[in-house]
Amino acid sequence: MGWARKILRVNLTEGTCASEPLNMQWADEYLGSRGLATKYLVEETDPKVDPLSPDNKMIMSTGPLTGTMASTGGRYTVVTKGPLTGAIACSNSGGFFGAELKFAGWDMIIFEGKSPKPVYLFVENDRAELRDAANLWGKSCWETEETIKRQHQDPQIRISSIGRAGENQVLFACVVNDLHRAAGRSGVGAVMGSKNLKAVALRGTKGTSGIKDFKAFMQASNEAKKVLADNAVTGEGLPKYGTQVLMNVINEIGALPTRNHRDVKFEDASKISAEQMHEKRATDGKPQLVTNAACFGCTIACGRISEIDKTHFSVVNSPKYWGASGGLEYEAAWALGAANGVGDIEALQYANLLCNEHGMDPISFGATVGAVMEMYEMGVLTEEQIGTAAPFGSAEALVQLVEMTANGEGFGKEIGEGSRRLCTKYGHPELSMSVKGQEFPAYDARGIQGIGLAYATSNRGACHLRGYTVASEVMGIPVKTDPLVTEGKPALVKAFQDATAIFDSAGICVFTSFAWTLADVQPQLAAACEGDWSMEKLETVGERIWNMERQYNLAAGLTRKDDDLPPRLKTEAAKVGPAKGLVNGLDTMLPEYYQLRGWTPDGVPSSETLNRLGL
Amino acid sequence: MLKSLHIDPAKCTGCLQCEMACSYEHHGVFNPSKSRIKVFNFEHEGRMVPYTCTQCSDAWCMNACPVDAITLDADTGAKVVHEDICVGCKVCTIACPFGTINYEQDSGKVQKCDLCDDNPACASACPTGAITYVDADWTGLGKMRQWAERANTPSTAAS
Repeated sequence: MGWARKILRVNLTEGTCASEPLNMQWADEYLGSRGLATKYLVEETDPKVDPLSPDNKMIMSTGPLTGTMASTGGRYTVVTKGPLTGAIACSNSGGFFGAELKFAGWDMIIFEGKSPKPVYLFVENDRAELRDAANLWGKSCWETEETIKRQHQDPQIRISSIGRAGENQVLFACVVNDLHRAAGRSGVGAVMGSKNLKAVALRGTKGTSGIKDFKAFMQASNEAKKVLADNAVTGEGLPKYGTQVLMNVINEIGALPTRNHRDVKFEDASKISAEQMHEKRATDGKPQLVTNAACFGCTIACGRISEIDKTHFSVVNSPKYWGASGGLEYEAAWALGAANGVGDIEALQYANLLCNEHGMDPISFGATVGAVMEMYEMGVLTEEQIGTAAPFGSAEALVQLVEMTANGEGFGKEIGEGSRRLCTKYGHPELSMSVKGQEFPAYDARGIQGIGLAYATSNRGACHLRGYTVASEVMGIPVKTDPLVTEGKPALVKAFQDATAIFDSAGICVFTSFAWTLADVQPQLAAACEGDWSMEKLETVGERIWNMERQYNLAAGLTRKDDDLPPRLKTEAAKVGPAKGLVNGLDTMLPEYYQLRGWTPDGVPSSETLNRLGL
Repeated sequence: MLKSLHIDPAKCTGCLQCEMACSYEHHGVFNPSKSRIKVFNFEHEGRMVPYTCTQCSDAWCMNACPVDAITLDADTGAKVVHEDICVGCKVCTIACPFGTINYEQDSGKVQKCDLCDDNPACASACPTGAITYVDADWTGLGKMRQWAERANTPSTAAS
């Protein structure tokens, strides 16, 4: 079965918690996690709802492989309407929280309404109740986890929470679980904050028993684990270097967006790379990296645990940051570093720690700082307005701005609105490096053409995790394509988008797809879940999920115009590297993409397409 | 030849595959709360440590049991709880200096590592070699080898 077949509905306005059966027809059509939670949101809310109003709902959902021995089977997704984008928001996270929800006997939790006062949800197996969170409000994610565990006298509780950023409704606030894993993007933490929901604390001791055929499942998951272990990326590269393995690689091919995408190469890339994290520091003789770490059930273990340099100016007087904690991943290192021209890896680690502690998406935060620095250099923003001198490359400015944004002080409040609103306010909307209001991640769409189309068409705004064509265009997974051309990219983007929807909806990590294809996931799903889970069905379900999200966005008021890249990527050519002279060919790729999707030239799914997918 | 579980915390990533494998082997479900091996995460130090029964030769739990529900499996050296005899008094959980024998609410009995009939599921499931099942007399062999390697004495031809 895979599913626990039970969902928890929490009405925050009324203060009630109720159990109801999972809609098994929807589970059969949308699998779980991302797909299934989105189906519930679509059915239960008006797409035009104000994301931060009580009428929006927030859903935390596991997939059928969450809480199983499938490698990486520990993920959960937060689905809601996103305040940063006004589009569907769907952020998933690893750590241990997702599996614990399954072990407590639930597939998902639907939060509706708004609590009159700060509360947290406590779930112990079948028992669920809202508890007063007055003493937690204002606390960081880290303090919240510690306090809840102490209050319940149970160190084994798993917690998701928002920090001050979520409370203050920073539009890129995230939901943090297990200290440093996060449902990071699209501002899902701001939605949680708008509901006065501080945290969700879980203790599950029932376990996952509903596997259709345990024997077949163990065989399938063991075979799939071997594929991960034998693969160079998932078996060696990611455990040793983490996602940061990409820093030097992407810089070399001239696709590392630098200084708000002015440049495509960063002269200090090696100073903020995975290799640097392994180097012993001159100050204390220790490398920044302490160890790698796994999320629940993960046999890859790409996570970084780092120790900041105690003598660095950002923490020299703050011993609370001196211990081991979540280290730099590629996206964070890029957004906090290259995007701002900052090459001080200890400053990046400090900003990373604050993003974890207070619950902010380091990608959107860092990229917004990049836009601020550009406007500072142009003279649009002054030192007086910002509260600090903020030229590109200033580690001091980065450190100050992260503190101001986390605490909701001064100019930090404006940064907390994200780059689109901030740049528009100061008269330069074109400087926001975003799609649908969500900031780009760490790949330049001039040097990697396909990813530009993936950004433009991602249902949750610019994102690398909705169609990671970098795998093909740079690493040759599953087949090598030329990153500099647009030919063939629309089909590539569609294939990645549809397959990723299955990985996300199954409850596993998309990083497995460096080694796995759908053919490695399918036997695990087929053994775990009742019903037909053939390859053909998975392909249809993936495409159905993508089109459902698209329909939601269109109903929310988005149009073809929102499938666009900032002018910089379409008119300012890359200055150096293999992509020198190139801009992104979105306008060539987009019409073909719509056609392949079975959408009209305006990007609307045709009635044939909707019928074919049962939508 | 007796074998022992050998734990090398430095290799542990904290993935909990061992806990799931243990619960599946003994209870037929994926449920870390029923596992007889437990991984501790000292998060502020960046250390993950799997911990379970080391099968003491002169076992406190076995000596303390008032109804002789814990016996030695002569083939594996495991101290095994017989659920049909155990009365759930928990005296063994007090006697054990390491906390590796524990009460289990659902059955009303205690449970501990029994080495899975000489084929520990935790060791099979561990993806990094942090948990291995090796010759009981030579659990230090890997460490000895590492240090031997550092002796760094150049070979000389026999003369």
